[in-house]
Amino acid sequence: MLARRIVRHGLTLVATVLLGGFLAATLVRLAPGFAVDEQQLDPRLNSESIRALRETRLEQRNIFRFYFHFFERAARGDLGTSISLGQPVSRLLRQRVPLTVRLVGIGLLLSWMVAMALALSAAWLRVSAYDALTTILTGTFLCLPAAVLALLSVLWNVPGSLAIGLIVFPRVYRYARNLLAKAYGLPHIITARAKGLSELRILFWHVIPVAGPQLLAVAGVSVSIAVGAAIPVEALCGLAGVGQLAWQAALARDLPLLVNITILVTMVTLLANSGADVIGHMLRGQPA
Amino acid sequence: MSVWRGVAIAVLLLVVGVSVAAPWLAPAGYARQYREAASASPSRQHWLGTDEIGRDRFARVLYGTRISLLLAPAAALLSTLLAALVGGLAGYLGGAWARAAMAVTDLFLALPWLFLLITVRAMMPLNVSPMISVVVTFLLLGLLGWTSAARVLCAAAESLRNSDYVRQARASGIPGARLFWVHVLPNLKPVLYAQFWISIPAFILSEANLGILGLGVAEPMPSWGSLLKELEGLVSVGAEPWKFVPLVLLVVVVTSFQLVLSRQEDEVAA
Repeated sequence: MLARRIVRHGLTLVATVLLGGFLAATLVRLAPGFAVDEQQLDPRLNSESIRALRETRLEQRNIFRFYFHFFERAARGDLGTSISLGQPVSRLLRQRVPLTVRLVGIGLLLSWMVAMALALSAAWLRVSAYDALTTILTGTFLCLPAAVLALLSVLWNVPGSLAIGLIVFPRVYRYARNLLAKAYGLPHIITARAKGLSELRILFWHVIPVAGPQLLAVAGVSVSIAVGAAIPVEALCGLAGVGQLAWQAALARDLPLLVNITILVTMVTLLANSGADVIGHMLRGQPA
Repeated sequence: MSVWRGVAIAVLLLVVGVSVAAPWLAPAGYARQYREAASASPSRQHWLGTDEIGRDRFARVLYGTRISLLLAPAAALLSTLLAALVGGLAGYLGGAWARAAMAVTDLFLALPWLFLLITVRAMMPLNVSPMISVVVTFLLLGLLGWTSAARVLCAAAESLRNSDYVRQARASGIPGARLFWVHVLPNLKPVLYAQFWISIPAFILSEANLGILGLGVAEPMPSWGSLLKELEGLVSVGAEPWKFVPLVLLVVVVTSFQLVLSRQEDEVAA
């Protein structure tokens, strides 16, 4: 059953990634001004170089041909060359992925620590004033655009990972609080409390097994939120990660770069969600 | 909570009222330049000072509020209609239709919202007239923002499809199209209303994000996104606090929407 589930997730991932990359390529191809390349205006280029540039563009005009060649080359490890930055995409990604992984990783860790601390304390204390306070705090962050938080992090000289954490934590808190409150309201947990079981024992033996699989699903979604948050944070904080690269590629309509980043982002988010689903399934020990 | 909801509704009505009255409150308009008073601090002539090319910030906030508050509901309406069409039909038809529609939905949902938005927005012409940029920005929000609502509507339509009264209607020989328009769609109204209202603050925030990243409404047209872009040049928060007025207004409006919507969200959850 588990193997079937993993295979199903794998197939979905491959199909979605292929389709996502194709849609991104189609969008760029259909965008106005696609065939115009300002490199052709460079007076230092001779006629042969300009012809070579035009031929490259010609290949990209047929979207199916571009996509077929793209995967053919990708299988050999060649992800193409960025039009706007003039560098191999694989090198650009190798240079920038570590920073984004670090930012998103630390951001997620911070956001989960704060969200779970607030959600658990709210569920334990069950004091309406405290609950209202945490709701107002997280609500305020939810009402701030991610890009504003990025700008404020520049203004206050706060690390980018903290900005990502602040963007993600209210969303995680909202789900975590509801799940924990629901779990603490279950009859067998109320009975356990009435019998005088310690809070830690109730948490680890009764609450986590109930809320755990759903919290895992939230963890999968939070990766997608954090990756999305990395775009404004990196773009506005001047951090040279994949988020900034995505922003630059979008502005420059850099087809090879944009297709690769779309595939990468789709893969990361789908892997996170599929991973969360499979682990949740294993924890539950039953088909979902 | 109902008191807070009442206060939130009053705040929203006040903000909408003031923004609608923008031509009377700021008759000079949002684009007029006072070149002798560029980057001026608040004064009796310019309540919120002027920007770096001498435009009255108060007028720009009023007109920007009007644009954001009028077009976000329009985008929400478009996305809700699309969600009703795609999600509602998929849920009602079921089988391969539902699987195909949900596969497309999953594809959109697999990409982070902001990434999807900046990618597609960048594909649109950037060097266009301000009015077209407003339409493109909000049209895009509406055209891309239907996916999560479609999932909810698909589930709701699916449960309606299997309900007794729809089975009875089908057994009575009512054609499928009529069944959908007359019996299924009207019963999806509560979910549609909730999705519509939930989308508005999400779209306001998305437009703000796009504006700050330079992909939103084009100059000289103001919107909350383009007004917030001014924060980029700030040296410290305390130096020019009046530049935070658009941000405070945005937070107040989005918070008010959240308070008003808490009931709608409960309905969707139910």
